[in-house]
Amino acid sequence: MIRAPRWYPYLLLVPAALVMVVVVFFPLLYNVWLSFRNMSLAHFLDHRFIGLEQYRRVFADPALYAMLARSLVWTTVNLFFHALFGVALALLLNGAVKGKAIFRALLILPWAMPQYISALTWRGMFNTEYGAINLMIKQWLHLPGIPWQTDPFWAFVAPIIVNIWLGFPFIMVVTLGGLSAIPVHLYEAADLDGATWWQKFRNVTWPQLTPVLAPALILGTVWTFNNLNVIWLVSRGGQPGDRTHILVTYLYKVAFSYSRYSFSAAFSVIVLLLLLVFLLFAMKRLAPAEAR
Amino acid sequence: MSAVATRHRGFWTPGRVVVHLVLAVVTIATVYPILQIVAISLRPADRLYSTSLAIIPPDATLRAYPTLLFERDFLLWMRNSFVVSAAVTIFGVILAATAGYAFSRFRFVGWRMGMMAFLVSQLFPATMLMLPLYVVMRQLGLLDSFMGLAVAYTATALPFCVWTMRGYYDTVPVEIEQAALVDGCTPWQAFTRVLLPLVTPALAITALFSFMAAWSEFIVARVILSRQSLYTLPLGLESLAGRFQTEWANYAAGSLMVCLPVLVLFVVLNRALISGLSLGGVKS
Repeated sequence: MIRAPRWYPYLLLVPAALVMVVVVFFPLLYNVWLSFRNMSLAHFLDHRFIGLEQYRRVFADPALYAMLARSLVWTTVNLFFHALFGVALALLLNGAVKGKAIFRALLILPWAMPQYISALTWRGMFNTEYGAINLMIKQWLHLPGIPWQTDPFWAFVAPIIVNIWLGFPFIMVVTLGGLSAIPVHLYEAADLDGATWWQKFRNVTWPQLTPVLAPALILGTVWTFNNLNVIWLVSRGGQPGDRTHILVTYLYKVAFSYSRYSFSAAFSVIVLLLLLVFLLFAMKRLAPAEAR
Repeated sequence: MSAVATRHRGFWTPGRVVVHLVLAVVTIATVYPILQIVAISLRPADRLYSTSLAIIPPDATLRAYPTLLFERDFLLWMRNSFVVSAAVTIFGVILAATAGYAFSRFRFVGWRMGMMAFLVSQLFPATMLMLPLYVVMRQLGLLDSFMGLAVAYTATALPFCVWTMRGYYDTVPVEIEQAALVDGCTPWQAFTRVLLPLVTPALAITALFSFMAAWSEFIVARVILSRQSLYTLPLGLESLAGRFQTEWANYAAGSLMVCLPVLVLFVVLNRALISGLSLGGVKS
């Protein structure tokens, strides 16, 4: 630790804290306050306190449970493939590869692209008639095209594919960083013991990688769960028939298309609590690594 | 057989050939959507619909680029986006560097809560912040101003950057600054002159993420800006898509030019990106 006056760290935190309070924490608390009232387009200025009524309405909404399930599927499937592709590609790139820098630079591109541009481009590619994906399926594989826009199942698969594409470079980069920090002598020792490739991965690489990967995956989970852009843009706001919504896209629609402000405030507080429980649980499991 | 050929045969074992093939296929699939944008930008007029899979269409034209640059407000949008992004980069680096330092080098009342607060800010669905944010910005007189936009964007990237900075500071032994303090530096000098030069990869990441948060953001800009002369790139591009008929070629050409600066930054900062992302602060 550094010896300095007691107020010194607080002074260093003031600028960052100020910005966070104005942009995030005040609006957040405002939403909590709003969630106990009845603000909507009909009661825009004359809203009043109604207790937990909005929360009751959220839980009484039959659509909630289907969307919660879809949110969970969305998050797990995405994170699974982010981790799978990210770690696998990092391991490949970490070996003897010609043109390593070029591969690395090209594989990072999805992360560097502005999300709304990627999402709109992919939406064009999923067009049933003219989209590149169905054209490939028809022209190269001579199979019937996939109903990406009209079938609720495929309309949900499409944004998942887009988001896997968007998210794997982050995990890949984190893994590459983690791999470069593993001391070489651990592998030398394993070689002396005649370890196979798999034994080295299982006993050296993976245990050394988890402390670096775990925070990235936790953060990735939260970001993916709350990612509105991809589903909203790729499925054109929950098409077909609102059957591709996850919690946050539905929330967006309820708040800004139906103007049910207090209802959606209660909804968003529930999402916050849900993720908070996840975060505390995940951090508890990580505690041995964090407590130094 | 020549020595060179032998060495080559030595490198290209069957396993390595497979690795390169896999990487090549995955890379092509990854880059393909970006090539699609190139393809659309080269199509004549407003033809989004085509059943050809050719990246360079037979009647390719570069017309969209000069049209966009000289007949639309593209250069104005670019200048606006650049001003805002530069401000956010500077704010982001200063705020994340100081806050991360406080969390890494000091333990104080509220330390745990402060760290958690930055995380919790990521848990709340961001769109719900828009309505109250609009009210706050109006109270502060920051509507329709780059300052308002810059403050909002700084907060978007800040939590991640603070955690990254803190994690990276943690990998630098504190003894280095303590030695500087013994030599007569003030704590501030030990921080800025001794510690900061040692954490440049993390600073680069903070700068990059702050820049990106501002460069390609749409919804907050929509809420805060209404004057057309202040439009940033995403708002400007959207206005191209929103006219009577969408100017798809112009839109695609614009998208490519928007991506370009970020792509360059990512490639230039590639190494820093790989060595500097230490969220957990458990790397040692």
